[in-house]
Amino acid sequence: MAKLALAATSGKGCKILLGLRVLAFLATLSAAIVMGLNKETKTFVVGNVGNTPIKATFTAKFQHTPAFVFFVVANVMVSFHNLLMIALQIFGGKKDLTGFRLLSVAILDMLNVTLISAAANAAAFMAEVGKNGNKHARWDKICDRFATYCDHGAGALIAAFAGVVLMLIISAVTISRLVQPNKCCSTAATPSVVP
Amino acid sequence: MVKLTKRIGGLVLRIAAFGAALAALIVMVTSRERASFFAISFEAKYTDMAAFKYFVIANAVVSVYSFIVLFLPKESLLWKFVVVLDLVMTMLLTSSLSAALAVAQVGKKGNANAGWLPICGQVPKFCDQITGALIAGFVALVLYVFLLLYSLHSVLDPFLLQKS
Repeated sequence: MAKLALAATSGKGCKILLGLRVLAFLATLSAAIVMGLNKETKTFVVGNVGNTPIKATFTAKFQHTPAFVFFVVANVMVSFHNLLMIALQIFGGKKDLTGFRLLSVAILDMLNVTLISAAANAAAFMAEVGKNGNKHARWDKICDRFATYCDHGAGALIAAFAGVVLMLIISAVTISRLVQPNKCCSTAATPSVVP
Repeated sequence: MVKLTKRIGGLVLRIAAFGAALAALIVMVTSRERASFFAISFEAKYTDMAAFKYFVIANAVVSVYSFIVLFLPKESLLWKFVVVLDLVMTMLLTSSLSAALAVAQVGKKGNANAGWLPICGQVPKFCDQITGALIAGFVALVLYVFLLLYSLHSVLDPFLLQKS
């Protein structure tokens, strides 16, 4: 824990944190975009009247599943939070009000890490039901008929889980900066003692 | 005196969170109902859905962790580690609750676009118990968020109030 605090307080630590935030922003934004544009339309033959087949068109959209809607919304929120934090770090300068800035960044990071993990998990379990079906509840799987929809959804999920891991690391770094407030990213609010 | 009330407040919060997580765990594990649908008789258990299994495991981990931390002595240096672990447990709780809610919502309302029928009509008591377990899980989550903020405040001294 002390080594982490030391790494977070050095000058290089600030650049690493910025890099991590940029990566997390890109990961969550790409997850939101890929899932938001996820849509597949297919025509199936549902029966036969004499010799002519009857065709019906089915669409698979992300709005059909509430878990995926939550996924898109949460990813947009987390990427916006990361963008805000990046802007704060680059343009915020040295303004600080008795340690309030460090505390608010830490708390916001913690809230966002729980949000993104909830969204990624809900979408993952719904995708698992869609991929494997559930024979106890007699729910058929849909991935054999809408393969592209499932593939895009899987890609968005992977990006979101990468975002979860990155947000967890960022949150750990921000919390450790509460232990030893450093002088590079925020002004020295005269940390009189290191607890 | 203030320190004592703060410490008792923390303990009360943790006992409440432990109780809520344990209640969620027990209610979901004991949910089981047998129903017959036309000529087929089937049994609805929590192990049918992967999300419910994950919910049970996550709440079990959180209960064991809360129970252990209850006995941590005040002067131990591990309290800084407890802050990080509190964050991890909050993440576990929220992700398991969110996954179970997503699956339970499909079980209750079905998904007309995918052709999935709701199952709550056939096994109403099972559905009620699952709802109860999810509510207890939500209470545990809220208590854990408060616990996280409390640990952050009491252990890390975020306002940098202490003077040497």
